[in-house]
Amino acid sequence: MEYFEIFVSILGSTIRLSIPLLFTALAGLFSERAGIFDIGLEGKMLASAFAAACVAYWTGDAWAGLGAGILISIAFSLLHGFASITNRGNQIVSGVALNFVAAGVTVVLGQAWFNQGGRTGQVPPEGRFGAIILPGADMMRDVPFIGPIYANVISGNNLLTYLAFLMVPASWWVLYRTRFGLRLRAVGENPGAVDTAGISVTWLRYRALIVTGFLAGFAGTYLSIAQSAAFINNMSAGKGYIALAALIFAKWKPVPVMFACLLFGFLDAFANFMQGKSMPLIGEVPVQIFQALPYILTCILLAGFIGVARPPKAGGVPYTKER
Amino acid sequence: MSTASVPLPAWINYGVIPLLNLVLAFFFSGLVVWAIGENPFEALKLLLIGALGRGEGIGFTLFYTTSFIFTGLSVAVAVHAGLFNIGSEGQAYLGGLGAALVALALDHYVPWYVTMPFAVIGAALFGAAASAIPAWLQAYRGSHIVITTIMFNFIISSLMNYVLVHILIVPGKMAPESRTLLPGGQLPKLSWLIEMFGGKLGAAPLNVSFLIALVMCFLVWVLIWRTRLGYEIRTLGVSPSAASYAGIRYGRIVMITMLISGGLAGMMALNPVMGASARLQIEFVGGAGFVGIAVSLMGRNHPVGIALAALLFGILYQGGAELSFDMPAITRDMIVVIQGMVILFAGALEYMLRPAMVRLYQAARGR
Repeated sequence: MEYFEIFVSILGSTIRLSIPLLFTALAGLFSERAGIFDIGLEGKMLASAFAAACVAYWTGDAWAGLGAGILISIAFSLLHGFASITNRGNQIVSGVALNFVAAGVTVVLGQAWFNQGGRTGQVPPEGRFGAIILPGADMMRDVPFIGPIYANVISGNNLLTYLAFLMVPASWWVLYRTRFGLRLRAVGENPGAVDTAGISVTWLRYRALIVTGFLAGFAGTYLSIAQSAAFINNMSAGKGYIALAALIFAKWKPVPVMFACLLFGFLDAFANFMQGKSMPLIGEVPVQIFQALPYILTCILLAGFIGVARPPKAGGVPYTKER
Repeated sequence: MSTASVPLPAWINYGVIPLLNLVLAFFFSGLVVWAIGENPFEALKLLLIGALGRGEGIGFTLFYTTSFIFTGLSVAVAVHAGLFNIGSEGQAYLGGLGAALVALALDHYVPWYVTMPFAVIGAALFGAAASAIPAWLQAYRGSHIVITTIMFNFIISSLMNYVLVHILIVPGKMAPESRTLLPGGQLPKLSWLIEMFGGKLGAAPLNVSFLIALVMCFLVWVLIWRTRLGYEIRTLGVSPSAASYAGIRYGRIVMITMLISGGLAGMMALNPVMGASARLQIEFVGGAGFVGIAVSLMGRNHPVGIALAALLFGILYQGGAELSFDMPAITRDMIVVIQGMVILFAGALEYMLRPAMVRLYQAARGR
């Protein structure tokens, strides 16, 4: 039974650790499918986490925090669009720039406003997205096997967690079952054809980036006012890049994105669990191996050894209308 | 006629436009300073005095400049071949291991000038090794170099974590760092250089690797503009298809360019590891690899421009550190903001001002 409890606890932290990845990877899915590389996901997550924490701290309202997180993240997306769509700048350079600006501004403003070394104030409980106990969780707890899983893994998460999983079918539906989605995928493969059909490439790509900003805003908000109760200096800690890896690992498809994020979340949870413990036969496994595994797996995938990850064809190339 | 195809004289392209972009970057950084209730002009004054006011300040400024020259050159060499190497950070980090291993092995036996050439080779080899797999993936498997170098930054970070915590750590100590290098493994300071201008170097860690950086500037210039390989690299950067039509082997040039790029990034480690702290420390690169991106963009990928842009960022880093003493409301992270703004305006938005400049230029010439 002890092993089962460990299993349930690792499963629980797997969910918690994959949510920011899931939101961010879905965010990246929209921009990359529209042909805009987004290295700046990390920065969007960080900036929205900061904005959400500040507003939730001042207003004591979690929804206001979420709104602020989304707004900031969309603003970053629009800036990325202005640089890479309107001015045909290098998308990667622009993304890198946004990451720097976010990393710097959050600490500078945080220090100036809260004087806690880049930390924001502690967000009051009303300002957070707290755990939701699903009906029957307490009753089910004693049922063997299913009970603990229902009570500790499926129930007891916050609203954003459930939203994240809802976003997966929603993203699939938008991308594959709506006119907007069809055009968005087309503009990532062949913007010339979309242009010829009389649809504005520019406006379409801007809309895709707004969706990206919207979703990345949830990711940041989750970090600062759902998972924790304050913004901490560099709290995204490379998650934006792991999400990018998950997006590639899932070959730019919504449902595989979810599984890739769960896998990377699991690796993270397992690494935390294994810290200082030794495995039978092998002995102590360095945690660094688990930390590096998502990146190594992504490189192996990119090398084409486990299926080919083919990015959208027009990705990274600014569109120039023929004259 | 589209403004994009109008040729502008070089002094506008390489002088006026970058300068205006820089001014914009500083303007928006100034807005952030103003937003937290400090005077941006006062801040700029304190920053410049902190960076250039005394011999020690200049020493620190040139110390940072040294690191940024290496990483700037690293990014620039790759850019000439059309490759965006985001992995200079990781390559420099692994380069540190190369330099440290050489220094740890030799510092008991020989003086610094014997250690130095081997350390340069060690740092360059390890840096190049760090870029080898992403290079191979780009050259022969078609994976995007940007993504793979980002992944390798993290992989190398985990690897170095392991090496420092489990292998190089001094037994009984808590800090994950190697033992202190003896003078035989250290690069001497350049006190005479500052004294020549009547200043005192003080505690500033400016060291011999500054001169190595300047030599590398020259060598990169020779490589890119005076050799056949450089010509092939630049051809590849302009048009991979034209290059392969002309008989230039894509995979080979990508490999060579990235190995050189990684090697230059690796050499950056000489400066902090053997020149300043005299030990291999965790995360010693501290973002210099990313600063290299901004430096390369500002310097328009030319060694002279890179040396100047590295100096600019050296001033920002040293001045920013002093500034955070004088104005506690402004933390050192203000540098990161400025850096982001510079990358944004000088890099991503580099064409923003061009149409306006073309119109101004045409109006001025009376056409």
